[in-house]
Amino acid sequence: MASKTITLRVFRGDDKGGELVEYKVETFENMVVLDAIHKIQAEQDSSLACRWNCKAAKCGSCSAEIDGKPALMCKTQVHDCAGDSITVTPLRTFPLVKDLVTDVSWNYRMAAKIPPLTPTKETAGKPFNMQQIDVDRVQEFRKCIECFLCQNVCHILRDHERTDAFFGPRQMVRIASLEMHPMDSLNRREQLKGEAGVGFCNITKCCTEVCPESIHITDNAIIPLKERVVDDYYDPVRKGLIAIGLIKKRNKAPLSSVPNDLTKIIS
Amino acid sequence: MAVQTSPPAAAAGSQKAPVVKRTDNWWGGTLFFFIVFSAFGAWATFRAFQNGFYETAGASQFGGAYYLSPLYSPTLRLSTKIAGFNISPALFILPFPLCFRLSCYYYRKMLYRAYGADPLGCAIAEPEPLASMRRKKYKGEKYFPLVVQNFHRYAFFAAAIFIIMLWKDTIESFFFKSGDSMHFGMGLGSIVFLTNVVLLSCYTFSCHSWRHFVGGNADCYSCSVLNQTKHGLWKKVSFINEKHGTFAMASLISVALTDVYVFLVTSGHFHDIRFF
Repeated sequence: MASKTITLRVFRGDDKGGELVEYKVETFENMVVLDAIHKIQAEQDSSLACRWNCKAAKCGSCSAEIDGKPALMCKTQVHDCAGDSITVTPLRTFPLVKDLVTDVSWNYRMAAKIPPLTPTKETAGKPFNMQQIDVDRVQEFRKCIECFLCQNVCHILRDHERTDAFFGPRQMVRIASLEMHPMDSLNRREQLKGEAGVGFCNITKCCTEVCPESIHITDNAIIPLKERVVDDYYDPVRKGLIAIGLIKKRNKAPLSSVPNDLTKIIS
Repeated sequence: MAVQTSPPAAAAGSQKAPVVKRTDNWWGGTLFFFIVFSAFGAWATFRAFQNGFYETAGASQFGGAYYLSPLYSPTLRLSTKIAGFNISPALFILPFPLCFRLSCYYYRKMLYRAYGADPLGCAIAEPEPLASMRRKKYKGEKYFPLVVQNFHRYAFFAAAIFIIMLWKDTIESFFFKSGDSMHFGMGLGSIVFLTNVVLLSCYTFSCHSWRHFVGGNADCYSCSVLNQTKHGLWKKVSFINEKHGTFAMASLISVALTDVYVFLVTSGHFHDIRFF
């Protein structure tokens, strides 16, 4: 494809304010938006800040909003954008640091609240052969590169600003990978219904839509977790069947059994 | 698990990045849903209260066909009257499939988008004054009233019973009365009924709650023979679950078209085409 000159409108500013600044950039074949940002840094303005690392859609660092849609800058081809002008802005959900860089540390603090894999005392430390049929379901969750595009696009965090009540889609994927793990012995539904706030999700599927790793976040993580919470808290028939002994109650350790230092944050 | 983090977000300023309007077609799917669902709602309401033109019942003027509108299935012979008005049997039938659709995970997504603007689209700022009213007050499906969506699994089992009855209607649509005898045959209506019931079955049995029920609730698939069977079922349901949204819309349209077909035939506007 022949090269052409496009206009890149990039947000410049920090937490006190900022504006969109226009740059003219000469394109080349297969150029991605991150290339264009790098070209600006190299040729026009070295003070432009952006976070990046691998340029191969595997590190999850260069998340931004391109023409208003959350995406990885390294995975968005310039030629795929409509028109000759592209607008690049930082993730809207998180506090601004500088230009395209935001402070995503809230996500790590929420992750720290989720207890790690907790085998029972009898199985802890012993070899465990994970069978393929058990891998099938949770393998997908391991693809997450923590780009936080799902956290950014989730309207509960983005528009309703309920960071106090909902851990966000990324953490739901993390909890799902533990809740569905055959070795895990913790009752994670307690946390899901409580502080993690899975009930806040209203299935908009935007997290799935923007995921660069194509993880079916809503269908394979959030909805199954919702159903598991329903099992324990909103299904009177199931409760009745457990009461009369037709169904066995899950024998899981309460969250309170997790030592505090496992979920402690060092800041 | 000790995690090293940067200073808390609260230390940063409150300035957010500017809102940039998306330039792609983010609204097409939502608009399509709004039009189709609203049209279905209007038509179904009209038909539910009409209390007529919903069955051919093997009558000779309809070629002996047995076509029963899905909105009036199963046949209820009721003579309920309120203030002198006959109450349509559809009003006793429709709440069940309606509850299934309204609490369906796919419909939840689309209904919240199309009718609640919550959100209108992905990364689309909510319109004012809704945005200001809802900010920091959002309760989602955790509290009343939307917490009732958690009863979707009960709605599924009710809908599954209706699927059995609709299959019965479909089989009957392949039999025609001539004189005092019945014979196997096929009319255009039979094909319409079969298409509808296949789409409805695919929609109903690709349900997320059903997927959880048949196997999604197990933690360790390899631990017992029962759980290995659950894994097999879960995989099969997962396969059609990927198209749950497509089946949801296709079956909504097919229910409406089947009802329209029965309406046209029974009201004399269209003669059923008989293939054999």
